[in-house]
Amino acid sequence: MGEMVKLEYRVSSEDFERAGDASSNTKKVLKKIGIPSDVIRRAAIVTYEAEMNLVIHSMGGEIVVEIFPDRIIVTAKDFGPGIPDVDKAMQEGYSTAPDRIREMGFGAGMGLPNMKKCSDDFSIESEVGVGTEVVMTLYI
Amino acid sequence: MTVKEMAGRLNLKPAAGLDAMENEVAGAYVCDLLSWVMAHAGKGSAWVTIQAHVNIVAVACLLDLACIIVCEGVEVDADTLEKANDEGMPVLTTTKDAYSICCGLKDLGI
Repeated sequence: MGEMVKLEYRVSSEDFERAGDASSNTKKVLKKIGIPSDVIRRAAIVTYEAEMNLVIHSMGGEIVVEIFPDRIIVTAKDFGPGIPDVDKAMQEGYSTAPDRIREMGFGAGMGLPNMKKCSDDFSIESEVGVGTEVVMTLYI
Repeated sequence: MTVKEMAGRLNLKPAAGLDAMENEVAGAYVCDLLSWVMAHAGKGSAWVTIQAHVNIVAVACLLDLACIIVCEGVEVDADTLEKANDEGMPVLTTTKDAYSICCGLKDLGI
């Protein structure tokens, strides 16, 4: 099955001004293509959370959204610093975000759990000093 | 009920997104944690919060919320208003607290 659309976004560390642009644009494209609204909602949530994780926690990275006829694959990959304990990071309410980030309403420890909940398939691989890759598949 | 009617009856001050004031308010959601809102706020909700930075517009748009109500006289950032105007997301402000606003929303049948 051929690939229909591929969207690629570079996400910079601490760039709160543009944070949300990748997910907003992804949503607009999905809407234009005519993807069902419940899938759009889930795709918007996983892309947003992935984007915010890159902004808040990473040293920068990228988000790739591949839209196939039967599924959407969202991949978030960063250049570090890597997650020391992935199991802990997956727990609701666990966050390493500093206070100044929490005061903005981020760092609730809900990002990765939300991403997993809204995906049909979810995988995360992380290596300290190298980076983290999260791959999420949503079936249409 | 439309955002416009709700704003009028609760004395909320429209600060941005004026061209989307006819959005229908289907419910309400109160929270200041953005990921929590992402996970739980329903489509068409009026979002009651004290967060006022630019990222609230992305959250509201991604979830197709009806509007954002910024409480307690918190000053809304200029880039938030600009983004809200660009995206067509009504931002309403009030000096009242979230509890008072929610009581008002309930009285309106929302």
